[in-house]
Amino acid sequence: MSIEAVESSSAPEPLLGADEELKGRSPRELAWRRFRRNKVGVFAGVFTLGTLLSSLFAPLICKILGLDPNELHLDQIKVSTGLPKAYLGGISWEHPLGLLPGTGRDLLSQLLYGSRISFLVMILATVATLFVGLLTGIAGGYLKGRVDATLGRVTDFLLAFPAFFMIVALAEPMVDRIQRLGIAQGNGARILFLIIILTFFGWTGFSRLIRSQVLSLSERDFVTAATALGASRSRIIFHELIPNLWAPVIVVLSLSLPGYLTAESVFSFLGIGVQPPGFTWGLLISNSTQYVTNMPSFFLITTVSLVLVVLAFNLLGDAVRDALDPKADK
Amino acid sequence: MINYISRRLLYAAVILLLVSMAVYAIFQFLPFDPAALTCGKNCRPNLIAANRVRLGFDKPLWEQYWLFLSGIFVGRDYGVGSAAFTCPAPSLGYSFRQNACVTDLIQQALPVTLSLAIGALILWLIVGIGLGILAARFKDSPIDTGSTIFVLIGTSLPTFVTGLLLLIYLTLKNNIIPLNFDAYVSVFDNPSKFFMYFLLPWITLAFAFSAIYTRYTRSAVIETSGEDYIRTAWAKGLKSNVVLRKHTLRAALAPLTTLAGLDFAGLLGGAILTETIFNLPGLGRMSLKAVNDFDLPVVLATTLLAATIVVVMNLIVDLLYAVLDPRVRVG
Repeated sequence: MSIEAVESSSAPEPLLGADEELKGRSPRELAWRRFRRNKVGVFAGVFTLGTLLSSLFAPLICKILGLDPNELHLDQIKVSTGLPKAYLGGISWEHPLGLLPGTGRDLLSQLLYGSRISFLVMILATVATLFVGLLTGIAGGYLKGRVDATLGRVTDFLLAFPAFFMIVALAEPMVDRIQRLGIAQGNGARILFLIIILTFFGWTGFSRLIRSQVLSLSERDFVTAATALGASRSRIIFHELIPNLWAPVIVVLSLSLPGYLTAESVFSFLGIGVQPPGFTWGLLISNSTQYVTNMPSFFLITTVSLVLVVLAFNLLGDAVRDALDPKADK
Repeated sequence: MINYISRRLLYAAVILLLVSMAVYAIFQFLPFDPAALTCGKNCRPNLIAANRVRLGFDKPLWEQYWLFLSGIFVGRDYGVGSAAFTCPAPSLGYSFRQNACVTDLIQQALPVTLSLAIGALILWLIVGIGLGILAARFKDSPIDTGSTIFVLIGTSLPTFVTGLLLLIYLTLKNNIIPLNFDAYVSVFDNPSKFFMYFLLPWITLAFAFSAIYTRYTRSAVIETSGEDYIRTAWAKGLKSNVVLRKHTLRAALAPLTTLAGLDFAGLLGGAILTETIFNLPGLGRMSLKAVNDFDLPVVLATTLLAATIVVVMNLIVDLLYAVLDPRVRVG
């Protein structure tokens, strides 16, 4: 998504101009045109991209603004209450979003750096979900028979599993296991646990979606033609099926990204995600609730940041799904 | 039909058995000694050894599982001689941390979770379906726009944010709904206290769900209204509310039973977040506390209970669906 996309979307294009020639467009082109006409969606897309980029370049941004997430500003904190001396939680030119109570750390830089872990969990869990879902969905839908039946049973079994409970219950012991095996230590192990467990319980829905899509695709003429030409199984899977699965992949992306972002903050909030001195949005929100009566700005800024990003993801997801739906074209 | 039900019942039983085995196995392979966890700080080797025998952790794994499973149906005895005690059927184990049979603990927590889940369900069905129908009937009107905004906010606000916002701004800051320090009271004992106790938790839970249900209802009603048989109903000269109630809604809302059943089942297992935020002594908070205390029998029991509820609800929903949707023919 570029700046041009925003500009061109501000003036809705006519579907077919008078001097425009009637030409065939691929479904992808049509979807892209439909998407660009949706101003809210484009705006949400730009916002999402901006957030992801500022999270990626957090060190650079903090350097430019002269902020350090770990620097203590104890001189600006009242000793008696632990709250910032200045009004509004210490919001000033040096600290645009104020200071954290207690330590006097800069909130903006904490949010920027904290988002890196939150987004890392979100993105890696989504990628893992896509991978497992594609693998099992294609296996079930294309190979059918016993493979499909087994996968179906496993899915049923996992859906009956109380995922939230298991995540809460398994957090400590699993993190312990990961650390003992020497795969990762400390917060690394916790992040790894979150990614693994979110994927473990999250792939089933996506797998079903892909399976049904593959089932219908493999009955199409172009697959039959490829089979008749003697194409190998792997050729059919990689050249005929996978290129046609981008629509469900995008739909799942739009649903699982905000879902996993919220999940990460929920688990950090419950104390089973990343632990201090590491910090994520969930931890910041959890921390901010302790000061909510005395310093509401801290709580409001952190929660609003989370809600805004989730909202942008949802709006973007709605727009993309509308764009991909051929029935939506009026 | 009977054939179908019995097949589904058998399948549900198998799934439950597998889930119970998996949960049991997972907790056995954890790097903890369950006997050492029973006494906490005042653990001495002889006490650990005694507790190991009393709780049956000295027996082989399959026998422990069998004792657990049979305990559900016939109750379970622990220890021997004067130290012996029994958890009557259905026994889900014994919590050494709280010195109580797990079944008793669940019996205390279940009414809270049940009240929370049922109240929230009623609230979100009324708001969600009502707003959805309104938005569909007055499409592109301010009501529709309002419902769209509601849906966006509802789906983007995580439950714990909603709960915290309500708690902070309605209770702590402005004292509109007073903070409740009292213990849980049953609706039959003191209805008004009961409602005050559960009002904010209900709203918190129902907020996110009603947004999803509004969106679903709106699109389902709009889609169904375009069907030919609805046009036929209009052409027959039926009144508009008859068309809406008897023709449109029946078809549009049948799939909602599935959704509502599963969402409800998920909550019955314990709404961990809502119960934690509002400090409700329900199943969710109980299991979270048990996890933090390594109270394994409680964790095992609550997990199994949650799985059972999901499986049973799945079954009920499928059967209900066959009744509600005339297109579903059970062979």
